[in-house]
Amino acid sequence: MWAFIHKLGSPKWFYSISAKLQPWFWGAATLLLVTGTLWGLAFAPADYQQGNSFRIIYVHVPAAFLAQSIFVSMAIAGLVFMVWKIKVADMAASVMAPLGAAMTFVALFSGAVWGVPTWGTWWMWDARLTSMLILLFLYLGVIALRGAFSSRDSGSRAASVLAMVGVINIPIIKYSVDWWYTLHQPATFSITGRAAMPMEMWAPLLIMVLGFYSFFIALILMRTRSEILRREANKRWVRELVGEAR
Amino acid sequence: MHSSNATIDAPVMSMHDPKGGLVVALNATLKRDLTLMLRRRGEVLNPLVFFALVITLFPIGISPDPELLAAIAPGLLWVAALLAALLSLDSLFRSDYEDGSLEQLLLAPQPLAALGLAKVAVHWLLTGLPLALMAPVLGIMLSLPAGSYAVLALSLAVGTASLSLIGAIGAALTVGLARGGVLLSLLVLPLYIPILIFGAGAVQAAIMGDGVMAHLAILGALLAVALMLAPWAIAASLRISING
Repeated sequence: MWAFIHKLGSPKWFYSISAKLQPWFWGAATLLLVTGTLWGLAFAPADYQQGNSFRIIYVHVPAAFLAQSIFVSMAIAGLVFMVWKIKVADMAASVMAPLGAAMTFVALFSGAVWGVPTWGTWWMWDARLTSMLILLFLYLGVIALRGAFSSRDSGSRAASVLAMVGVINIPIIKYSVDWWYTLHQPATFSITGRAAMPMEMWAPLLIMVLGFYSFFIALILMRTRSEILRREANKRWVRELVGEAR
Repeated sequence: MHSSNATIDAPVMSMHDPKGGLVVALNATLKRDLTLMLRRRGEVLNPLVFFALVITLFPIGISPDPELLAAIAPGLLWVAALLAALLSLDSLFRSDYEDGSLEQLLLAPQPLAALGLAKVAVHWLLTGLPLALMAPVLGIMLSLPAGSYAVLALSLAVGTASLSLIGAIGAALTVGLARGGVLLSLLVLPLYIPILIFGAGAVQAAIMGDGVMAHLAILGALLAVALMLAPWAIAASLRISING
């Protein structure tokens, strides 16, 4: 077990194992996303209340799931980096932050677009939209803090601490915002209070969620690999790999 | 001159005293920070003046109508107090970082988390508490409905303690950066949101005549969590800023 963790911590070993894993995740992501999109957009039945506009759920919900999961994985990677000094964990965390911020933005944007047919406005201080907006600010803080340090190691450690502080706060923020919203908006139309979805609508959503996760893993592997090459550019194995100086 | 020597000597003395080392070091840190802050009165007064100024801007920007102001007063007072507390955070560790006494704190045998907590306590005592005491006066100016003044002061007193603790994490992370001020607000403000919700909610509940204990209890619970976890994060962040 420890030998495995130790190996995983070696950038060179991670580089070669991720090369083998990567195509599988790209394949799964393509297959799932194509199936899910076609099924969700063309074949799933229209909602009796919202008509075809509900189909935005197939982008909105997976993006929102991913936005939250990425923050948690980033904090876990930060913890691993801080405790065991495993550099690969920090490289992964550093490439996760922009992707997480992008997913949060996608979730916010699709939520706003969805708001037009359902609420008749682009923005409402809905509990979920508000928590997503706060999450976006948390991501931007982590990205900005990492970039602000001139030494990369300090930036990595500071970003790890902030990600961990953030992940402890996310549930607190989420519940307090929910509570705030129920207090101020007692009886409006809410998309949270829907009845259970029928199977024909639910199955493509599940496929889309799995597709988004596969896409995330594939992209993180790819970007961590280029981050490894960038940071280890002076190591012998990288120079041999690119056919420079032996 | 004489008294300034005494404050500088205090932490050094504690290291020669193996008995009750932590208590002595905490006392010395508290005393030193209080003395330093009270000598720079401007820095203590600035957040208060800022608070009053921001509150002055709202009736000018929105409307002098007392009914309208009374409706938004709890939120305005809380947001303005929160921003005033934020304004004072950048200087929390800044001067200690610049003159090297922060490194001495790191080198001290006592846990850095406890010493950081002492510094935060002084910050709250000279920022959060005065803001809480001043808020009712500004509440009168915004025609805050009667019966909510005590709750306003109490919620701010408890809430700003959490704000100081959470803010100190951000201050410790950015103390080594040349222009940390704007970054500090980006890091800290999202984390302030739960406290704002329950703090302003307590005042709102007092106006409506609902029970305020639930809000105050949650504010207290948030403070308890912050007291338990924030010192460790502050200590880790200070180590990063110093060694980095």
